[in-house]
Amino acid sequence: MLETIAQAALAVNENLVIRKNRISNMARSMKRKKRACIVTGTHGDELEGQLVCARLADILTRESSKLEGIVDIYPALNPLGVDSIQRGMPMFDLDMNRIFPGTPDGTMAEHIAYDIINDIKGADICIDIHASNIYLREIPQVRINEITADELVPYAEMLGTDFIWVHSSATVLESTLAYSLNSIGTKTLVVEMGVGMRITKEYCDQLVAGILNLLKNIGIWTGETEPVRKAILSTDHDVSFVNSSAAGIFVPSVEHWVDIKKGDHIGDVLDPSTGRVEEYVTSPCDGRIFTLREYPVVYGGSLIARILGGVHNA
Amino acid sequence: MRKETIYSITSPYREPMDIIGYRFGSGERSLCIVGSMRGNEVQQMYVCSQLVQKFKRLEKEGKIALNHEILIIPCVNYYSMNIGKRFWTMDNTDINCMFPGYDMGETTQRIADGLFEEIQGYRYGIQFASFYQQGDFLSHVKMMETGFTDHNYMLDFGLPYAFIRIPRPYDTTTLNYNWQIWETKAFSLYTNATDQIDLPSAKIAIEAVLRFANKNGITTQKIPGGSLTEIISESELLQLHSTKAGIYRPYAETGDSFEKGDLLCEILDPLEGTVVERITAPSDGIVFFRYNRPLVFAEGVLYKIIRN
Repeated sequence: MLETIAQAALAVNENLVIRKNRISNMARSMKRKKRACIVTGTHGDELEGQLVCARLADILTRESSKLEGIVDIYPALNPLGVDSIQRGMPMFDLDMNRIFPGTPDGTMAEHIAYDIINDIKGADICIDIHASNIYLREIPQVRINEITADELVPYAEMLGTDFIWVHSSATVLESTLAYSLNSIGTKTLVVEMGVGMRITKEYCDQLVAGILNLLKNIGIWTGETEPVRKAILSTDHDVSFVNSSAAGIFVPSVEHWVDIKKGDHIGDVLDPSTGRVEEYVTSPCDGRIFTLREYPVVYGGSLIARILGGVHNA
Repeated sequence: MRKETIYSITSPYREPMDIIGYRFGSGERSLCIVGSMRGNEVQQMYVCSQLVQKFKRLEKEGKIALNHEILIIPCVNYYSMNIGKRFWTMDNTDINCMFPGYDMGETTQRIADGLFEEIQGYRYGIQFASFYQQGDFLSHVKMMETGFTDHNYMLDFGLPYAFIRIPRPYDTTTLNYNWQIWETKAFSLYTNATDQIDLPSAKIAIEAVLRFANKNGITTQKIPGGSLTEIISESELLQLHSTKAGIYRPYAETGDSFEKGDLLCEILDPLEGTVVERITAPSDGIVFFRYNRPLVFAEGVLYKIIRN
């Protein structure tokens, strides 16, 4: 059932409307049901979550008799951004994922952020799905702030992503949706995968299977599930960053999510006018490339790859 | 005056972007002034360019005090300014959200790092800033409350209002915040324009900086005038929101005084022209901030007022 969770009037004859699809087994009793929230579309240029939401909505609606709880699907927290291919909310300077928990007394965006938090809080689990931006391709991964790692890593492992990245805490991240929800006791996992403005069907199917697995493990779903992958945990490895030191076009010589040795060739930064190799990019360590540049134009400093050190195929 | 390149970055398709700084005097790092970091901050660049002229003249006349060095960087991000974009050309990131920067990081992190490397260590830092909300402000100076803040320095600008801001998480990566953490007394100066040049408020800002420099012994040129400054916590400002959306018709401008019940603005139905909302003053006061676009959403912040 589609429900409006926040809305605000736009200038001319239109409302900004944020909706969720509530799916449950209506035949079950009305006593307190467990609830899971699947949210995406905070950044309007990240579309991987759209297919995940669509697939889940289809499966759970068709087989709602196998639901023991409620699943709320929020396909677009920033519908104007998705509609206009903008990362942020149109006509608002701040990143929407930097204004949570919002306030009822603030700007329209802050008010909407406040309404979103109020709607999700109290859920048993929330999964906040992001894609990468248009510049980088990411392997499916869960990102967890180190301060919530003990509580969240067991749930992240149920999602069957390839990688779980426990990252250090930063004050600026305290205004994200995930941080705000976790700080009020609503367990929230952030998933990053794929690339901006695109849908990677294989990754979406992998995450759908993982979400169903998690829902089954916490008692919301009784339907069929597939075996899920065992994720590599970042705390067991070092993460190395490879940034361009030259400007030009980056042409990779490796595939994404492959093993690599220290000194191996990752790609070249070329001068498009002369064809000269401005930078011969190599790996700083042994490991596996979990982030790889997708958008070819680079400046000095542009991120080219992230490598998970010490990982090898068994 | 010494003109120098503070930091440089290359593009495969454009001439290098050289961040230019102008140094005056010599000795202790006393005052650093940074202008536009975003591509639409034209007023901020203009004010700094005029300050370059002022300090050039002061130096020529021997009115920069001994053992004081001043650095002015009028424009950090002219790559974006030259293509009419507010944030960074390629990835749309905000340089003023990248401090203290990271020399091995992404492009705007490197720019922030290269800039910060040059501008830290000054006793005083002034940034001409713009705000994330769309609108016009009364000229004012602002400090972040970081625990290292001495608010009384703001009185030396002689602006009518000075504000203390309690930082939010997103403030912690701004230049102002990081300057303070690195022990520079940092101020953000706001005039009432950003992407237009407003000469009266630019003049007020230029005089405010020169007054501050003189009162703190950096120059010997006295600047008469100035206001008695009222220091206000930002949370004391009263925000007035629209509840309807449509065409915004203001009747009160920034700086206007009003009495309780006075009409401040109307919202019109955009298709039929009927008045759908009238916003009146909840108390006597002064308009500190006014929204400045013709169309408004519901829940838009239209006014911030200082109550009498």
